[in-house]
Amino acid sequence: MLRFIVRRLLQLVPILLGLSVLLFAWLRALPGGPAQAALGERATPEAIARYNELFGLDQPIWVQYLRFLGRAVRLDFGTSSRTGRTVTTEFLERMPGTVELTLFAMVFAIGVGIPLGYLAARRHGSWLDSGAVIGSLLGVAIPVFFLAYLLRLLFAVELGWLPGSGRQEVRIDATHITNFYVLDGLLTREWDAAWDALLHLVLPGIALGTIPLAIIVRITRASVLDVVNEDYVRTANAKGLSADTVRRRHVIRNALLPVSTTIGLQTGLLLSGAVLTETVFAFGGVGSAIYDAIFTRDFAVLQGFILMLAVVYVLVNLLVDISYGLLDPRVRVR
Amino acid sequence: MTAMGDVRRQRIDELAARAGQVPEGEGGVSLVRSAFRRLRRDPVAILGAVIVVVFLFVAAFAPWLAPRDPLAQTLLGQVRPGFIPGAQEGFPLGADQLGRDLLSRLVYGSRQSLLIGVVSTVLGAVVGMALGVLAGAFGGWVDTVVMRFIDIVLSIPSLLMAISISVLLGQNQYALMIAIAVTQVPVFARLLRGSMLAQRGSDYVLAAWALGVKRGRIVFGHVLPNSLSPVIVQGTLSLATAIIEAAALSFLGLGDPDIARPEWGAMLSTAQAFLSVRPALAVWPAVCIIVVALGFTLLGESLREALDPKFRR
Repeated sequence: MLRFIVRRLLQLVPILLGLSVLLFAWLRALPGGPAQAALGERATPEAIARYNELFGLDQPIWVQYLRFLGRAVRLDFGTSSRTGRTVTTEFLERMPGTVELTLFAMVFAIGVGIPLGYLAARRHGSWLDSGAVIGSLLGVAIPVFFLAYLLRLLFAVELGWLPGSGRQEVRIDATHITNFYVLDGLLTREWDAAWDALLHLVLPGIALGTIPLAIIVRITRASVLDVVNEDYVRTANAKGLSADTVRRRHVIRNALLPVSTTIGLQTGLLLSGAVLTETVFAFGGVGSAIYDAIFTRDFAVLQGFILMLAVVYVLVNLLVDISYGLLDPRVRVR
Repeated sequence: MTAMGDVRRQRIDELAARAGQVPEGEGGVSLVRSAFRRLRRDPVAILGAVIVVVFLFVAAFAPWLAPRDPLAQTLLGQVRPGFIPGAQEGFPLGADQLGRDLLSRLVYGSRQSLLIGVVSTVLGAVVGMALGVLAGAFGGWVDTVVMRFIDIVLSIPSLLMAISISVLLGQNQYALMIAIAVTQVPVFARLLRGSMLAQRGSDYVLAAWALGVKRGRIVFGHVLPNSLSPVIVQGTLSLATAIIEAAALSFLGLGDPDIARPEWGAMLSTAQAFLSVRPALAVWPAVCIIVVALGFTLLGESLREALDPKFRR
């Protein structure tokens, strides 16, 4: 198992290096180059020249790349041209919100998706089954940001049941230790602050979780349908095990293997979707920061955020891979 | 690289391996004909095909089908802050925030949306297939380099990838198409490579080798044609993703800024600002996007079943 983990970790090295080359080249290829990216679009030519000299942009390209790499390893991606703060500070401040949101979305997708997919398969051909299939097709076809707007309009603006923007009610004077607002509320025993932060997750979380939900329903359903027709399930039934035991020990356990891998695959989808949902709900996470950065041409933020998100994505997939290795011994051998 | 790579690769390999098999008991009937025969009996396929054909028809004949000029601000006089004219004589769906006929804009919008979807998918498929053929045909270090590159592209979540390309290339319809195409490349590359690897040991490839047929002819004459059905399936499904992704990029302000070309994604994102005034402005383009995406998905899924020997009965 240790060897499996080490091997997977080593496989990360070329990918991370490639990522750094790609994003280094990206910033260089932008009109105006890194100087403009750092100083903003209205920088004077003198300022750009001074910047180029200061940061060694008159050096050969490979020297520049190595320096970029050196800074990237120390998580130094320069400063935001909009706020003047370092990109890493901004990222660390905003990432907890996105993590909370994606976790909520994932819990929603799994919590609803697996039971729904399972029931649809067990009642194969019923109205519940057809509904689940149609719903899961629609869930993939609907643009995330439109769904987000609809949810916000209906439940926040019209009905007023749930908050429709931000991460927490500004009137609540909450203490923030970790920037995970729900966790902060629990740690400081400010229960109303935690509850309020949680309520703020509901609408964006549901919007964000819809695509993974649709996919999980479909895969669970297909997988359960496959498994119930397996010989070992028939054997288990024939040898007189109770329906409950067959369900728990044979059907669900085997059916969930393919589902567990898809869950890992959804991370990229969630990070993509977070840009859209966070923007609609003015959520103040990493996603809405990317939207702001696009509009203000804040290239340093874009570069740093995209690189760091890609690293997060790769690491999450690594974790999923390792946990899958734990679940299914066959994976380790390959 | 990671779980994602493995699973996707595994699925693509399975798909690709099946693509080359000749179905039992169907000798004499070509793959295409037998697939078509099954598609005709499948209501889901028919529904998908009807949707796709209707929208393609609308896009092709937009100038004749649209009741009005999509750019003419005929009803501008009726537009007031907090009020956008609804359905009335000659304007079955009402007007947009600038007094233009919504129905005509939707009809014309189908052109641009489908064009973006088709061009970016074809572009992504061609580049991806080329990379896949390169990796699969040459193997060795070429394979390693190509697949590592694909892994790197895959390590950036697709929308973020599209955003960075759009920002780099500026805002125009070509940048939009290229940005979406790049996110489609990895799937097709993997698909083709897997298919080629699966066929490498097959009898007809070995026979061709033994006869001294050159590598190029084996690849383009034997292996490639046998890999096409999973590519067609994936292409149909990718069209749906491409159209939705184009809408997302429009929403982020990275769409085509040319107002002379109405496009559903752009219409949908502008309409968000008027959602409380007149929801129909957002609902109609959204419905178009959803229905088209659904149409391509249904068609793709039933094509998968029709072309897949596992489902043959």
